[in-house]
Amino acid sequence: MAMLRYLLKRLGVGLFTIWFIATATFTVMHLVPGNPLANERGTNATIRANLERQYGLDKPVFEQYLIYMSNMLHGDFGIAFSEENRSVNDIIREHFPVSATLGVLSLCFATVGGVLWGALAALYRNRLPDALIMFLVILGISVPSFVFAAFSQLFILKLNQWSGRSILPVAGWEGVSSMLMPALVLGLSTMAYMTRLMRSSMLDVANTDYLRTARAKGLSPTRIFFRHQLRNAILPVITVLGPAIAIITTGGFVVESVFAIPGLGRYFVQAVAQLDYTVIMGTTVFFGAFLVLMVIAVDILYGFIDPRIRLGAV
Amino acid sequence: MSLVPSELSSKLSIAVSAADFAPAPHQAQRERIVRPSLSYWQDVWQRLCKNRRALSSLYIVIALLVFTLVGPWLWTQAPALQDLDAISQGPSWSSSSALVVEDPGTWPGVQGALRPREEADGQTLGATASLAVAGLPSTQYVRLYWEAVNGAQHYLIYRNDHAPESNQDLGLPLGATLTPDTLSFEDRLQLRPQTYWYSVIASDGFEEAALSTTAAITLQRAITASQARERGLDDTLGAAVALPAHPFGTDYLGRDLLARVMEGARVSLFIGIVAPLLFVSLGIIYGGIAGYFGGNLDILMMRVVDFVIALPFLLFMILFRIGFGIGPGESGIIPMLLALVLLSWPDTARLIRGQILQIRGEAYVQAARVLGAHPLYLIFRHLVPNTLGPILVTLTFAIPMAIFTEAFLSFIGMGVSPPTSSWGSLSNEGIRTMLSSPHELLFPAFFISLTVLAFNLLGDGLRDALDSRLRSRE
Amino acid sequence: MRRAIASLLHTLRCYPQRCLVSLLLLICALPALAQNGVDYATQTVRIALTGEPRNLNSIRATDQFSIFFLEHSMEGLLRRDAHFELVGGVAERWEMEGTTARFWLRHDALWSDGVAVTAQDFVFAWRQVVNPDVASEYASIMYPVKNAEAINQGKLPLEALGVTALDDYTLEVQLEAPTGYFLTLMSFMVYYPVREDFYLAQNGRYFADVKNMIFNGPFKITSWVHGASLRMEKNLTYWDAANITLNVIDIPYITNDSRARFNLLKEGKLAIENGLQGLEAEQLRDALANRMRIRSHSDGGLFYIEFNHRPERITHNMNLRKAMQAVLDSQELVYKAIGIAGYIPGQSLIPTYMNGVHDKFRVEYPVQMAPLDPVKAREYLALAKQELGIDKIPPIAILCDDREVAIVAAQYLQSLFKRTLDLDIKVDVQTFKLRLDKAHNGSFDMAVYAWAPDYDDPITFADLFASWNANNNGRYSNPVYDAYVRTVQGTDNQQIRMDAIGKIQQLVIDEAIILPLYERTANTVQDPRLEGVVFSQLGAGMSLTYARVVQ
Repeated sequence: MAMLRYLLKRLGVGLFTIWFIATATFTVMHLVPGNPLANERGTNATIRANLERQYGLDKPVFEQYLIYMSNMLHGDFGIAFSEENRSVNDIIREHFPVSATLGVLSLCFATVGGVLWGALAALYRNRLPDALIMFLVILGISVPSFVFAAFSQLFILKLNQWSGRSILPVAGWEGVSSMLMPALVLGLSTMAYMTRLMRSSMLDVANTDYLRTARAKGLSPTRIFFRHQLRNAILPVITVLGPAIAIITTGGFVVESVFAIPGLGRYFVQAVAQLDYTVIMGTTVFFGAFLVLMVIAVDILYGFIDPRIRLGAV
Repeated sequence: MSLVPSELSSKLSIAVSAADFAPAPHQAQRERIVRPSLSYWQDVWQRLCKNRRALSSLYIVIALLVFTLVGPWLWTQAPALQDLDAISQGPSWSSSSALVVEDPGTWPGVQGALRPREEADGQTLGATASLAVAGLPSTQYVRLYWEAVNGAQHYLIYRNDHAPESNQDLGLPLGATLTPDTLSFEDRLQLRPQTYWYSVIASDGFEEAALSTTAAITLQRAITASQARERGLDDTLGAAVALPAHPFGTDYLGRDLLARVMEGARVSLFIGIVAPLLFVSLGIIYGGIAGYFGGNLDILMMRVVDFVIALPFLLFMILFRIGFGIGPGESGIIPMLLALVLLSWPDTARLIRGQILQIRGEAYVQAARVLGAHPLYLIFRHLVPNTLGPILVTLTFAIPMAIFTEAFLSFIGMGVSPPTSSWGSLSNEGIRTMLSSPHELLFPAFFISLTVLAFNLLGDGLRDALDSRLRSRE
Repeated sequence: MRRAIASLLHTLRCYPQRCLVSLLLLICALPALAQNGVDYATQTVRIALTGEPRNLNSIRATDQFSIFFLEHSMEGLLRRDAHFELVGGVAERWEMEGTTARFWLRHDALWSDGVAVTAQDFVFAWRQVVNPDVASEYASIMYPVKNAEAINQGKLPLEALGVTALDDYTLEVQLEAPTGYFLTLMSFMVYYPVREDFYLAQNGRYFADVKNMIFNGPFKITSWVHGASLRMEKNLTYWDAANITLNVIDIPYITNDSRARFNLLKEGKLAIENGLQGLEAEQLRDALANRMRIRSHSDGGLFYIEFNHRPERITHNMNLRKAMQAVLDSQELVYKAIGIAGYIPGQSLIPTYMNGVHDKFRVEYPVQMAPLDPVKAREYLALAKQELGIDKIPPIAILCDDREVAIVAAQYLQSLFKRTLDLDIKVDVQTFKLRLDKAHNGSFDMAVYAWAPDYDDPITFADLFASWNANNNGRYSNPVYDAYVRTVQGTDNQQIRMDAIGKIQQLVIDEAIILPLYERTANTVQDPRLEGVVFSQLGAGMSLTYARVVQ
């Protein structure tokens, strides 16, 4: 019961937050001086007025806001300006799964890699593997993703040329093989952060009483490592999953563009250049809502995994 | 685990006399405290100095600041100075010499008589009998002329970096003559001091001839007399003049990359340091107020924080960037700064509020309050010093974040506006020529990475040094 | 660690099927699925596009990608053949006399559902183009037809348009005035037919998706995954299908990353790159290093500096403009700063590829260039200051969009004018739509602008600065110029027309109305097995209709 109440409360606040995001986006959008209907060719006044009427831009801004909000309540984000026959809902429906697949895949890379490397580094603390892993971590944190993206594509090209066959596709979005490299590049910095977190968390756990007890009991080192140390050390890593999802799903612009992936992030950047009001609004609100839900989900997940956290307490 | 120092107090019973209450005589020879008293910050500093990684990052940060602030005085090439003869040159430490040649555009070219295709049908278009250079071929211009081909409507001119293997490998199509009687071509397309293979091929207006004529021509580095005059060099034809060296090479408009990286450093570090300073201060004030006053005000203020944190960061950075707009000649630094401040303050506010709430509950603060201490005294004596540590750490970690954000936005073209350069925009320009001139990407990317790295390690070191848990372990 | 291995072995032992399935999945997933750029057996070519068609409805389409697809899947009264000559399309025969044109439609021209293409389909489409409620941006291309402009402004009903179906297979067109280039318009997309019953049945979603499309051209669009891929297949109901060799034009990649596209080409995944926009400098170098055959063709785009001629702007002053003209060396800009092979330094408003009476226009009417002369330039500048009554010219803003070449040009000009004339130039880089908006509103002093021809006649450029032209962003207004344009538009005598255009060409230079920068060239590389690609300066710029794959 307490759980349900907590959930309802969180969802209520979440809805309010989404309203705030929508309003903020609308406000910023209408601060932009340009006109989304501007075209290379000049048009006469009648046609301009007709176009504005078709998109409802002839109404006062506040009325536009009300119309937009009520449409959004019905789950309708409107029609795109730049592609005249497509609704923003369709665009999100078609492109978000791509971004999400890429995001989930890179998150898997990041989590699995982070836990693995972090655990290894802690295991070999202050020895060569630790130094090596931490050096790579530093590299992963400090080198911008666009540099990684460009160089990894170059690497694939050289690899394919050297082997004389297409081992990995250079770009595109077909099949798992084309997802590997982009997901890796996208997940790299998150993986680096998680490795660092995992390592320090492992070392923290190593100093706890229960681990000393386990050792004193004479348990085998592998059992201590897997059962006691690893399992407890993973907990803090889960807390960063929420923000990590945010970074990865919205931060895919560069990777999506370099690897020619038809994701929503790339669409957003194009829409900004095209000043496509409805697409910009739709994507931002959608991403915002998605993130709000993800954060709630991670919190609940964390509550399940770590019995010390009680959900009602927040 | 180190041991807690044992208590020094001892219990002694002493007979007391009146003399004991007389003021002590002023003694020159007094017991000296052997170990100097260490304030918290001195202690932090000492421990930071022991951390080799943190210390070397501190040196790197200082070196970067010196590079940015002092560099332009030492390296005096103007970052905006375009040298169109030195486009995308690789790094070089020594200056090169160039020959002074006459200005281009003074060559009338070669006109030939029109030679109609001979009546005999089935005769295919041949290759020109000769292809030669007029004057000295230099990096300013190569003046080609050739003999007319029977039946040619116009001629196509190709240029290659290597000897062509076949007609399929003639290289860059430089252009075509407009009329059949033009028998010359002046090539000025980004010439470098090397050997080029020029090919001329006749065309009957629909198809190119099967045969071409190729000539290998080696070019000399040169500048024109008017350029020499503009730069204050010796402008007599045939003189050899020295051209400046570019340790980092040049960019796509022949600008010195070292100077541009220095200029970009100013923008990147300005945003990287000023934005965090601003939003951390804003966060401190906001979080401080919320934490200090508590109650409903706190709840309301924290709700706003939750809202702002929920905004998708990068999307809103881009939205703000176009929302604020950039006028003619503006760099776009201020809009980016504003956007960063508007979106980044809530994290600090949350942190500070938590700290304040915690410290406010501590016994010594309660005691001070009960004793009637003024709120301002409380804030400056207790709250501020005790939150300074986390603030410092937040600030150090916020700097690489801001630098990354700037680089990312400039990279996708939503950052600073040309001709202003930042490391991000330099990388953006460099990535397009990654294959042919990698230095244009590598140098700015290296500086971004180095700066982010240094600030991250410094932040790590600071956090460790400030951590009282670690302190007690020593 | 030992335990982990043990557990793995345990899984293998207990669940062999599951392991096998996952192994198979892994093997299936790993080899790249992408296919080759050309295929002889199936006559397939694969290309990449930099963007997606915005609107494939021929009545409202505007962008290059939409035009590319429409040119392959639709056919107007006339069409362009394998040598880019104008030949009969849906019309078998035609006749033009003064202001009347008559077209006889072939009886075997069919829509892809087997219904005949009739004259009514043209009448319906053309009326929709000028319908003010439809708000087609290309409506002005229809203005030579009688009453089109008045209808488009809402002053006359749709039925007043000068086009009538005399019967199912005869179409008569009345023109406003004798228009020499009217026939060349017949292959342009706004003049394509649209079938009324099908159009209305789509409920406003005509050509929005594959299921809402109907074709009368050589190819059919058979698949459209938004943002990802498109596919065209040969249209078997097309009357001339026997002369179409290609079976499939596949577009499996849509990306604006030039490096990614070129890497695909090097891998053999593309038949041609970049047929629509040309290679960038870096990819050109890459192609050269890989010994690829590079072809170049003019893509029709003329880039120039447009001045703001509104009286309140400083660029209204002719001597200031002439000062800039006298120091701007378009050769240096093109050859050194931009550095892409094949770009032609701009000299005139009329590009080199335009035809005159018998020969190229520029051969018949050579340009009398204003000489490069820094001394003269400073004299002009002094004169300008005197006329304006100021000691120092205030900063001048130069508007450009965020494309690489435009930024290079703007920065070059900034440095040039500072160095030679000590003018302060402020570069104003804006994203695409913001730049258009600023240009249309006249909030600029100078702008890097481009124009591409709509049809095969120099007037498509020459009328740009007529005072009534909606694309005259700088609001240049000169009765002499207007008179020349009226002369050209009022007759179909080519000699008189070209003479007037020659005078316009000279006026543009004499008054420094614009400063031509360059004519753009598209450099492409293609698979040697691909033949018969037609490049042009009109429309999308590349046609694969008559292409074929050889062995």
